[in-house]
Amino acid sequence: MECQRCHNRAATVHLTQLMNGEKTEVHVCEQCAKEKGYMHDHEENFTLNDLLTGLFNFEPKQSPNGQQTGTQQPKEQLKCPKCGLTFKEFARAGKFGCAECYKTFDERLNPILRRVHSGNTHHDGKIPRREGGNLHLRRQKDQYKSELQRLIEQEEFEEAAKLRDEIRSLDDQLQDREEGES
Amino acid sequence: MSLQQFMNEAISPWMKQDGPDSDIVLSSRIRLARNFSNIPFPTISSEDNLEKVLNFFNEEFRSESFRDYKGFEIVKMSDLQPIEKRVLVEKHLISPHLTDNSEHSASLISQNEQVSIMINEEDHIRIQLYFPGFQLDRALEQASQLDDWLEEKIDYAFDEKRGYLTACPTNVGTGMRASVMMHLPALALTQQINRMTPAINQLGLVVRGIYGEGSEAVGSIFQISNQITLGKSEEDIVEDLHSVVKQLIDQERRARQTLMHRSGIQLEDRIFRSYGVLKYGRIIESKEAAKCLSDLRLGIDLGFIDHVPKTILNELMVLTQPGFLQQYAKETLSPSERDIRRASLIRERLQLENKE
Ligand SMILES: [Zn+2]
Ligand SMILES: [Zn+2]
Repeated sequence: MECQRCHNRAATVHLTQLMNGEKTEVHVCEQCAKEKGYMHDHEENFTLNDLLTGLFNFEPKQSPNGQQTGTQQPKEQLKCPKCGLTFKEFARAGKFGCAECYKTFDERLNPILRRVHSGNTHHDGKIPRREGGNLHLRRQKDQYKSELQRLIEQEEFEEAAKLRDEIRSLDDQLQDREEGES
Repeated sequence: MSLQQFMNEAISPWMKQDGPDSDIVLSSRIRLARNFSNIPFPTISSEDNLEKVLNFFNEEFRSESFRDYKGFEIVKMSDLQPIEKRVLVEKHLISPHLTDNSEHSASLISQNEQVSIMINEEDHIRIQLYFPGFQLDRALEQASQLDDWLEEKIDYAFDEKRGYLTACPTNVGTGMRASVMMHLPALALTQQINRMTPAINQLGLVVRGIYGEGSEAVGSIFQISNQITLGKSEEDIVEDLHSVVKQLIDQERRARQTLMHRSGIQLEDRIFRSYGVLKYGRIIESKEAAKCLSDLRLGIDLGFIDHVPKTILNELMVLTQPGFLQQYAKETLSPSERDIRRASLIRERLQLENKE
């Protein structure tokens, strides 16, 4: 088979691309694959796909309550209500379809994220101002709480009392906001 | 600023400024992946939705300016010739992936080319910000401000538990890829870089050769970036990267000194041979050009060669790539024609400089 791009060399790289929900086959030579940036993408996706497919095939067997594969069927057919992507499709392509997918596949994501991100499954970085909602306040509260613990252990009660008041005021703010939202 | 200007100059205006540690660190980059909350990711989005995203940027940001970046130019992929796309890729202004969904993708590029915002790549939005030399902290600070500025107008896909939601699970969380481009000829020559890579990987960082795959770097240019985007804050990721890069800089400087002491004449010979190839060669393949330019740069850093400015090397590194060569020739060239053009372009450029 000749390379689709340069029509010059033999096609040695064969890829399946998922675009607009449609699959396209790509057959190119190594050089064109590199030039088009496929090699890089390919490598990265390949390991990730391997990983996902691996997990996908593996999980039913280690189900905690020892269910048989029959009962796993509905899980495999998990489908995102917003974009229509199924878990199976996600596992094959290694890509989510929309933000809602994260909620739809939530239960099954931890093992994947853990492997990709060295054991981490929770975000610990920036919180956007608007979309972040009350997360800023809640994080602040958690931070104050652990500091309060430390102050109490060190018997610095005066400081601890101040911090406790801070936490109370944060609680009030949070309550106000949550009432405002609903 | 017009598309023509992006195409004509090999190196972006910001690259002409000198940054800290610029004998070893060429550039620092922060990339942030962001998505609209209510639109499917470009990986599966319908044509209509992709168009919606594109139009949003076209209308909202066309003449907007952010801080020192006076105005963004929107460059639609569908308006570009294949060679033009390639030139923008070679300048690192867009990713190769962006040119794949050409129909509905674009990039907003700032006048000095320091900022580019890719639209409808794998994610709806990919913010890229470059600084010359080793300035990751500044790059992060400014990328974050640019991100805040965009967030005022866009409802981002964000989740308390998972952070910024992205098409690929490898980017979720901070959505941030921080990377530093380094010239490490002594560590490459002594093969120390290969021995250091596993330790660097253990810290959740990756070392890549920029032109080759794996750790085989052509021209001894390596990119160090973070692999993990979840469970660590942006600042922590940058700090980890910072400390590794700092160590690599030290190691590279030490390795250069050792090479000078132990095999100074061999090193000098290698540098001047490469200089000879660049100055007099008639056919130069891109790999050879990259190797010789790397040697020449090392020769300048070590003081063997003092009349060639380093900015020319940066320029030649980009200019001698296939897209630029063809852009200059104004025609499609076969690989062997390119090798001849490359050689003559390098000769011309170096001669020009010698006269001054
Ligand atoms: Zn080809
Ligand atoms: Zn979805």
